[in-house]
Amino acid sequence: MSTHLVDVSGLDVRFGATHAVRDFSLAVAQGESVGLVGESGSGKSAALLALLGLHPEARVQVSARTLRVGGTDLLSATGPQLRDLRGGVAGLIFQDPLAALNPLLTVGAQVSEVLRRHRRLPARAARQEAAALLALVGITDAQARLGHYPHEFSGGMRQRVMIATALAGQPRLLLADEPTTALDVSVQSEIVRLILRLRAERGMGLLWVTHDLALMAGIVDRVVVMYAGRVMETAPVDALYGRPRHPYTQTLLASLPRLDRPHRPRAALPAEATAPGHGAQTGCPFAPRCPRRFSACDTLPPLFTDGATQAACWLLA
Amino acid sequence: MTGAAPLAEMAGVSVRYRRAGRLSHGLIAIDLQLAANATVAVVGESGCGKSTLGRVLLHLQQPSEGAVRFRGEDLTLLKRAELRRRRRAMQMIFQDPFASLNARMTIGETLAEPLVVHGLARWRDARPRVAAMLERVGLEPGVAARYPHEFSGGQRQRIAIARAVIAEPELVVADEPLSALDMTVQGQIVSLLASLQETLSLTYLFISHDLPLVREFAGRVVVMIAGRIVEDGPPDAVFATPAHPYTKLLVSCVPVPDPAQERARQAAAGNTSTIAAAEAPDHAACPFRSRCPHAMPICATMPPFRHVAPDRQAACWLHESS
Repeated sequence: MSTHLVDVSGLDVRFGATHAVRDFSLAVAQGESVGLVGESGSGKSAALLALLGLHPEARVQVSARTLRVGGTDLLSATGPQLRDLRGGVAGLIFQDPLAALNPLLTVGAQVSEVLRRHRRLPARAARQEAAALLALVGITDAQARLGHYPHEFSGGMRQRVMIATALAGQPRLLLADEPTTALDVSVQSEIVRLILRLRAERGMGLLWVTHDLALMAGIVDRVVVMYAGRVMETAPVDALYGRPRHPYTQTLLASLPRLDRPHRPRAALPAEATAPGHGAQTGCPFAPRCPRRFSACDTLPPLFTDGATQAACWLLA
Repeated sequence: MTGAAPLAEMAGVSVRYRRAGRLSHGLIAIDLQLAANATVAVVGESGCGKSTLGRVLLHLQQPSEGAVRFRGEDLTLLKRAELRRRRRAMQMIFQDPFASLNARMTIGETLAEPLVVHGLARWRDARPRVAAMLERVGLEPGVAARYPHEFSGGQRQRIAIARAVIAEPELVVADEPLSALDMTVQGQIVSLLASLQETLSLTYLFISHDLPLVREFAGRVVVMIAGRIVEDGPPDAVFATPAHPYTKLLVSCVPVPDPAQERARQAAAGNTSTIAAAEAPDHAACPFRSRCPHAMPICATMPPFRHVAPDRQAACWLHESS
């Protein structure tokens, strides 16, 4: 048994004809923070949902060689095991707290629910602990705010409530799906700092899913770049930004307009990803748009290792 | 900003709402002139009034006071039918092309509609112009028979852009037109908007919260907070040396794809709070006062909007020599 918090290999997720995640592997060590980066349709969110067994079995086919999170084997987990995993082992923060929080329950009731379910606290103690958690995430006058409903909070404050909910089960792993995308930049900065501080204090592992490559640079130890359901490159954060090896990663970085440098024209890609989720992939899925394409690209490249970087590109062969 | 008459202009424009008996301000005393063929970006946090400003400029929303002029003519004084005739020259592009395109109309109908509405073509002879426009935005003319759901986000935004410019407008208000798009697609749409501007002599009001994108795309930026414009100037200069502490805050929060710089930024930020306190706004005071590291007693009075350089203006007491 591995000691990794997240241990995934050979993960495939299919929604009918759409093959959203293909042969995906990921390992997150205790206390490590990993960024999962990709554009829309890259399969990053589908991979994340698979880690919690959240895909509805009737419509989505999930298969893997290994799919373990915090010691729970998702390929054989029972209902109660899954419920212990969600919120207990792994706390989850979504992009849109207004959609993720129950509008009919006070935030006190929602944080307390996690405390009662995962930490078996009695009602009164749960309420006290809920107030402490709200204070911990920077909500002032926490005791009084327990009785408020989600709509009575601003976007940033609502996201803090969701973070409190995610922390309530004392998870060893935080899963964050675009937690700051809907927020203003100044609020985004605060939420990022809050999550990083809590992560450090509690020694939690972190898996942060996003399309924002710039934001990841200051948040995680390691980045995994996905495209068309596959891992294109994975590297320690300094290596990924300092010396990206996959042409897709290079293109993504070159396509970011940035404030800290004189303006350069962006890298232009020949076309948009053409429904990469469909059909068989016999060659590299990025080849049709790749500026460095050559004959070998008609065959699907494996992940090649170069130092601490792995990249699925024949240029590294 | 130059001697030539502006294409569009807002003078002393305010928008007030009455909600549950309480007065709230959408825009306060906005003065803004757009030169022909310019791209002017409006930036600010959510709720600052930037979308309201765009809607009022196109006269999709009536201001509570002030004048909104297009080619020197005050739109707020026009009759409905007269205003409708001016609409051809003023168009809008929205953030979400899935919501802004009619799902039950083919792409061809969607593009022909503005031509028919403005009397530039009849349904049956619009086809060649629709085909030419589709090609112009990088789509096959054959897509005219298809429906919006058959396209990707980037393609849909190309269609929405085609619809906005097919009747050859002069002013286009684009409200976050790129923020729903992937980074690699964003670049393509930026070049498309730039080339359309050149060939069709368009003037853009570009509403965005994305400062790097604004720097790439706009020749001028105005910064808004709480319904007011507090800084105005060329994006390169404004973002490199912000004249207003609020602009400085916005710039300091923009992440850059460089781990060393980002770690330094996180460390420098420490635990200082930058979030607006939920307090009753005092419209006589500077709207940034409660968050401003330089706040002084005089900030209880709104500072005047003054030139801090020949092409730059800001409303901050730090620039007032006593």
